[in-house]
Amino acid sequence: MKQIISTDNRLDFMSKRKLAMIFSGALILISIVSFFGRGFDFGIDFTGGTLIEVGYPQAVDLNAARDVLDQGGFGDATVQLFGTDSDILIQLPPSEETEAGSATDKAEISNRAFALLNAAGGGDLDLRRVEFVGSKVGDELTEQGGLAMLYALIGILIYVGLRFEYRFALGSIIALVHDVVLVLGVFSLFQIEFDLPVLAAVLAVIGYSLNDTIVVYDRIRENFRKMRKGSPEEIINRSLNQTLARTLVTSLTTLLVLFALFILGGEIIHGFALALIVGVVVGTYSSIYVASAAVLALGISKEDLMPPEKEGAELDDTP
Amino acid sequence: MNRYPLWKNLLVALVMLMGLVYALPNIFDQDPAIQITADREIGIDAQTAERVSGALEKAGIVYKAVEEGENELLVRFNETADQLAAQDVLARQLGDGYISAMTLSPDVPDWLTGIGAEPMYLGLDLRGGIHVLIDVDMDAALVQAVDRYASDIRILLRKERMRYTNVAELPDGVQITFKDAALRDQAADAINDEFRNLDITTRDQGGDFVVAATMPDQEKREVRKFALQQNITTLRNRVNEMGVAEPIIQQQGERRIVVQLPGAKDPGALKDILSATATLEYRLEDTEGNVQDALDGRVPPGSKLYQTRDGMPILLKKQVIVTGNQITNAMSGIDTRSGSPMVTVSLDGAGGRRMRDVTTENVNKPMAVVFIETRTTTEEVDGELVKRKELVEEVISVANILEPFGSRFQTTGLDSNEEAHELALLLRAGALAAPIEIVEERTIGPSLGQDNIDQGFRSVMIGLVLVMLFMAVYYRAFGLIADLALVTNLVLIVAVLSMLQATLTLPGIAGIVLTVGMAVDANVLIFERIREEIRVGSTPQASIHAGYEKALSTIVDANITTLIAALVLYSFGTGPIKGFAVTLFIGILTSMFTAIVGTRAVVNRVYGGKKVNKLAI
Repeated sequence: MKQIISTDNRLDFMSKRKLAMIFSGALILISIVSFFGRGFDFGIDFTGGTLIEVGYPQAVDLNAARDVLDQGGFGDATVQLFGTDSDILIQLPPSEETEAGSATDKAEISNRAFALLNAAGGGDLDLRRVEFVGSKVGDELTEQGGLAMLYALIGILIYVGLRFEYRFALGSIIALVHDVVLVLGVFSLFQIEFDLPVLAAVLAVIGYSLNDTIVVYDRIRENFRKMRKGSPEEIINRSLNQTLARTLVTSLTTLLVLFALFILGGEIIHGFALALIVGVVVGTYSSIYVASAAVLALGISKEDLMPPEKEGAELDDTP
Repeated sequence: MNRYPLWKNLLVALVMLMGLVYALPNIFDQDPAIQITADREIGIDAQTAERVSGALEKAGIVYKAVEEGENELLVRFNETADQLAAQDVLARQLGDGYISAMTLSPDVPDWLTGIGAEPMYLGLDLRGGIHVLIDVDMDAALVQAVDRYASDIRILLRKERMRYTNVAELPDGVQITFKDAALRDQAADAINDEFRNLDITTRDQGGDFVVAATMPDQEKREVRKFALQQNITTLRNRVNEMGVAEPIIQQQGERRIVVQLPGAKDPGALKDILSATATLEYRLEDTEGNVQDALDGRVPPGSKLYQTRDGMPILLKKQVIVTGNQITNAMSGIDTRSGSPMVTVSLDGAGGRRMRDVTTENVNKPMAVVFIETRTTTEEVDGELVKRKELVEEVISVANILEPFGSRFQTTGLDSNEEAHELALLLRAGALAAPIEIVEERTIGPSLGQDNIDQGFRSVMIGLVLVMLFMAVYYRAFGLIADLALVTNLVLIVAVLSMLQATLTLPGIAGIVLTVGMAVDANVLIFERIREEIRVGSTPQASIHAGYEKALSTIVDANITTLIAALVLYSFGTGPIKGFAVTLFIGILTSMFTAIVGTRAVVNRVYGGKKVNKLAI
């Protein structure tokens, strides 16, 4: 028993592209305003500082812990529960007074803070984690992180430009920037801590979102070459419909594992999983509405995509 | 149609078999173990093994096995409690000269280790441990080098009786001023002869005649490299004393040193060691005082009683001539005149002047080198093991002053090349070549490490089950085949990670989880294509064929872009990010294999070459 269901133009995506543009534009605007207005809650990976995670045998009295630290000379420490109510996270900003200290002074801070708490807490506390990042290393990481994102974008621009056509390369970069800005926007707007794993996740979002975009582009190119009739808008619509099932299924399976990671992966991996969840959702949307709408807006036509044997077709359409 | 040639089927089978074999070591338990190593002089032999097992049996501690390795013993236990108890017993029984370090050792059968199959190497965030990034102050190293050259040049000019008006230090060299041009040129030649590694330029400056001796870039690089190497050597010597199994001390970039101590729990101890000050002192021997009297408690005023490394008592003057941080270099070699091993020592300017003053007055008297180090030792007090900091002072060399000397001198007449090498190492190991600073620390306690493993493992498993269920429901028979590929992919990732001995970190596990979600993408692409083909009326066999064929280029394109992102992540990232990039990269490659070649082999086996009316897709 054969089923024949037309997959052509079931959903007219491209007619809504103006609306999508306004929607995306508004979100990007909000994100950028937030970048400058609220900034980011950068983790110590980037700002430098000390982070200590301490496990207690029973539920912690946060105020008591704060008092102990306060009296021990750590007035600028922030203390919060971490994951469970018997785990606390202490963050200390990079302190100025020890800046000129000897080889290990700055790194010693964590030992002193833990010793204070341990003495007050009965001596059976568990030093679960210490992270100390010097401000120099933090600055380097920030610079490297920015560079990494830039190089990833350039590498992808070159690859897509070679493999497809410059309009596709531009379109995919527009979609990528869109996705990255929105993911960063969520972290800025809600002041979710931005640490090294989150940066890794943002770079992975670049990879994922592109993956999605490429699949759609591949189909658009194929259809432009194959279909005799139809305006670019119709062809793109048809391509989107054909790839829609795949786009949704892959996003769904990826989201399934990401939610597993978000819920079960532990506190340290939360930000990472969240960035990817936002990235996958945004990336799925952008491969349809941003990447595809962008190539359409850039004026893609049948002639641009004919196989390379028929050279010369590109000449009439270069800006 | 849809038949795979034999070689392709064999390839799939072979890859799966290899994957299973190399992933296998990971299912074995990690035994709590104690690794015992010994000083070079003592060594480890069958006797040591007997002593160890004897001591453990006497103390009633159950152990699994005592394995003899290359200059090390590995004692395995069933329980961590046994391991802890044994650590105390062994520290007491073996005493000085042995280092026993607690570690985890996988209990992998010999036939597996024989073919190089080992479990994945767990990063510090999973096994617990201390990671420290140390920055070496290279500017200070250069300043020290300039100091050294300035004093050496002064000495040279004085020796040659060339009168200079001033020696000034530049950021990268030395500038010497003379009163007349002829003398300046003479001096320039002399300096050029003596210091071939410096760039010598001359110029006239307002009536002054100037020679500038600057370090070329090559020399500066050498100075930096030397400082870094020296610091690594010193740190390694110190860290080895800590008793941590498999410590990693290596260079990172041009001026950083990474120290990683897997399983270590006390970051304070490491910081003590890093800031420890081992140093040296040159002192004159008190030849008038009576050693026997001193041993009886009547130490002459102005002197102090020391011991040599062999335990012989010796009386030294309290006055210190130079200290270790004035030693700029010490190298062992062969004395060309006598042919005996020797050590050449260089002092900085101040040290050289002081040394010259003292030696001029004390020709033919013996001078000694005292090595001073703060060591942590373990002792038994009332049945309890107590760690104690101890100042160790011992005389490592005594030699006669043959003639007055300054900042460069040789200790000759050493017994062997080994002795010369050891002395040079000790002379250098005292002080760090350049100041260090801890710029990053990441300590993960063992409880958090285990939590990370558990949570990571659970996320992978739950994620896997969810995706497998979805695929089976949505694509039916083909979904089950994709599930098979997914599990195989996971096995392959683990196998490749084990083979490469790449470090698995928590973000690395996150990378695996992400790969599980994304790996089915290739199959989704293929299956959707097959469905499309069926919809347009192709036969099942043709649909399968076309589905795989048409999806291929899309899959490759889509994955290459993710590979680019993974590569960028790898090249820019530090530790944890690298771990994520590695698993993502490997995961993409293995998933392409399993999702394209692997599923096709199964699909061909199920449907190929038969008459099929309907596909369960």
